[in-house]
Amino acid sequence: MSDTVSNTTSGLPPKPEFDIAKIARELVITFAIGVGIMIPMVLLRTVDVRGKLVIEQHWQEMFFALILLVVGRFGLILLAKQKPAFALIVGVIMGIAGWTITFPTEVLEVFMLAAGIILVIRALLGLWRQAKGVTLNDIENGKKRREELLKNSTGYISIFVVALAIFLPFLSDILSTILPSFLGGDSSFIAGLSTRYVIDVSTLILTYVLLAWGLNIVVGYAGLLDLGFVAFYAVGSYSFAILAREFDIGFWTALPLAGFFAMMSGLILGFPVLKLRGDYFAIVTLGFGEIVRILLLNLYDLTGGPDGINGIPRPGFGNVVFFKRIKEEGTQTFTDFFSNTFWQIDYSSTHRIIFLYYIVLVLCLLVAIFTMRIRKQPLGRAWEALRENEVAAESLGINRTNIKLAAFAISATWGGFAGAFFASRQGFISPESYTFIESAIILAIVVMGGMGNLMGIALAAIILIGLPELFRELDEYRMAAFGFGLVLIMIWRPTGLISFRDPTVLLFGKKNKKQQVEEIAHD
Amino acid sequence: MAYFLQQLINGVTLGAVYGLIAIGYTMVYGIIGMINFAHGEIYMIGAFIAVIGFTLFSGLPLVSAILLVLALSMIFTAIYGWTIERTAYRPLRNSFRLAPLISAIGMSIFLQNYVQLLQGARVRPIPPMIKGSFKFFQDSDFVVNLTYLQLIIIVSTIALMTVFTLIINKTAIGRQQRACEQDKTMAALLGVNVDHTISMTFIMGAMLAAFAGVMVTLYYGVVHFFIGFLAGMKAFTAAVLGGIGSIPGAMLGGLLIGLIEAFWSAYFTIEYKDVATFVILVLVLIFRPSGLLGRPEIEKV
Repeated sequence: MSDTVSNTTSGLPPKPEFDIAKIARELVITFAIGVGIMIPMVLLRTVDVRGKLVIEQHWQEMFFALILLVVGRFGLILLAKQKPAFALIVGVIMGIAGWTITFPTEVLEVFMLAAGIILVIRALLGLWRQAKGVTLNDIENGKKRREELLKNSTGYISIFVVALAIFLPFLSDILSTILPSFLGGDSSFIAGLSTRYVIDVSTLILTYVLLAWGLNIVVGYAGLLDLGFVAFYAVGSYSFAILAREFDIGFWTALPLAGFFAMMSGLILGFPVLKLRGDYFAIVTLGFGEIVRILLLNLYDLTGGPDGINGIPRPGFGNVVFFKRIKEEGTQTFTDFFSNTFWQIDYSSTHRIIFLYYIVLVLCLLVAIFTMRIRKQPLGRAWEALRENEVAAESLGINRTNIKLAAFAISATWGGFAGAFFASRQGFISPESYTFIESAIILAIVVMGGMGNLMGIALAAIILIGLPELFRELDEYRMAAFGFGLVLIMIWRPTGLISFRDPTVLLFGKKNKKQQVEEIAHD
Repeated sequence: MAYFLQQLINGVTLGAVYGLIAIGYTMVYGIIGMINFAHGEIYMIGAFIAVIGFTLFSGLPLVSAILLVLALSMIFTAIYGWTIERTAYRPLRNSFRLAPLISAIGMSIFLQNYVQLLQGARVRPIPPMIKGSFKFFQDSDFVVNLTYLQLIIIVSTIALMTVFTLIINKTAIGRQQRACEQDKTMAALLGVNVDHTISMTFIMGAMLAAFAGVMVTLYYGVVHFFIGFLAGMKAFTAAVLGGIGSIPGAMLGGLLIGLIEAFWSAYFTIEYKDVATFVILVLVLIFRPSGLLGRPEIEKV
């Protein structure tokens, strides 16, 4: 608090005192805490030796980890005390050490290197600011300016993103035709843009976008904390699988039916709990998520228990069956279908992937359009009114239970669609795919995206789902890094990646939008 | 009758453990209004330290080994609790409601995988240390068994909870905690170090969870990196059942959840014991929306 006060009077960032004794004390505390943290986990390891539990001692690892911790903390203190030049030196030393010295484990080397790089970047930024005499006010203004720019260009960015998503499967063909070879038209990067792997990962990301946009209606608009969203995802998947397998219903009929079943489950689960407030609601939804999972595990006749259901039919289109190994009577393959028309397409195994990609993309676009429209309808406005102030909204005549139930049902429907799509894409489902961690990941995407901001949520899905996919080889470290990354991103941007929201209701249409937004901001 | 009595004993033992973990949830919720999702992992770490300790001190006499492991586990777990608050929650204290929740979920995922990476993904067993039991009340051919260990768990939990209640009600730090729970700004104005008090809350919660972890390690004899999730969820349910924010409520809730689980598994199906727990939670919340001992919130515009 005092920092900002002194800053506004002088206009320059305050120089924090540089007290060596204090810093030394801080470092000693860091060291002591580090020792406490590491003794039980890093130093002493339980190892199974021929069926007998033995404790191994890893002194070396602990020693290096402690050095990393204390030096890193020292660098951060230097940054906080506005000594970027020293921090730069520390960062460079850490980077070089991580690069050259052989540590007991590779993880430590990577950590050292990464910490060094981050320190160097932040220190360079600090040096640049000092050199240009950038004040804290300038930084704040710059932030606001960038936010404003982003806000005004959201429309264009979304059009660009949607276009990119639509053309993604053909991007490398298009780019390699358009771009001459000296601009990299035939480079391996461009050829890699539309590979099977990229489309596959994009399909996965879009599935999560669909789920997160569904959850967003409950969490972002209606302001209810739902920790059991995976229940609807599971209901959608299982009802789709059972309908398609047992009753032989096609994809395009089973998909809405799965959505319908998910919606019904949303209504049934929602009805008793919507009276609850805040975190009581959260724990009950968490409980429902677990109940659904336990039911899936134990209703053996219906769900196959822990074995799950396999052989779920892939989506087709009318009598065009895309991807059956053995061709059945009266069905056509994709290539057959097109051979009678203007386009002649050779058979390719990626067609199936591309087809799935477009199904989920269309579902996403439908949900996006629906969400953007409903926000402006009475229903959407009632959600937001309830979120902002439940008591006030209720006294203005909003029926709390019905409005919340609508939010719950709609979001469950989208969850059901995503579940049905997932089931049909995988061809196999089991209760393992519907654990609490899934709910947590979807919720994290919504919150990180900025709660209610569709673009932000899509961006968060790309970061949280796409990035870990890139590091598939580091399988064992992936989830640890994911968890730690969640913490870091939340600390970095607590309100989400894109956290502005236009006022939903504008009195005079779009024309005076800017003016009105300003007026509201002034109030 | 004998069967019933046996289930009662099992349920109270389980309930004591849940109650200890639930106190950590309820205290943190009371003071900073967030669900500390990583608390289950704190308990798991406590249990892991117990396994390490019991393996290291297997040569010592039984009583001193248990006391030593209890002390070490509580100290080290407290350091974990403190560090988690300091790194993942304090920077987010004044931001909007869901930010610390996501950070806590992230911390929970991280700790689970961190322990899995360092200590291995397999179940870690220790040999049974306290054997023997009181046998009483024979009913046809069923004998009620109160093992020494169950007795130790129940008695020590009661003792610990009594001490803890005294700390909260009679000491300066307890007073400060209650003050912060009421109104942090006012408490700060009256000279309470709010940061310090919140840190102490996390340390106390972690110590209670570590105690529960050691007891569970002795009771079941195995520890696994994933045990924190289910225990944490049950304990959180217990805290909500008793009325979140209320410490006696957490104890009562823990006891109830333990009893429900024991009796449901004994008389109905063991597969659906968690379903029973949650259904009873929902029923209680429908009729008493702020839990059994919670104060109803009065909302104003």
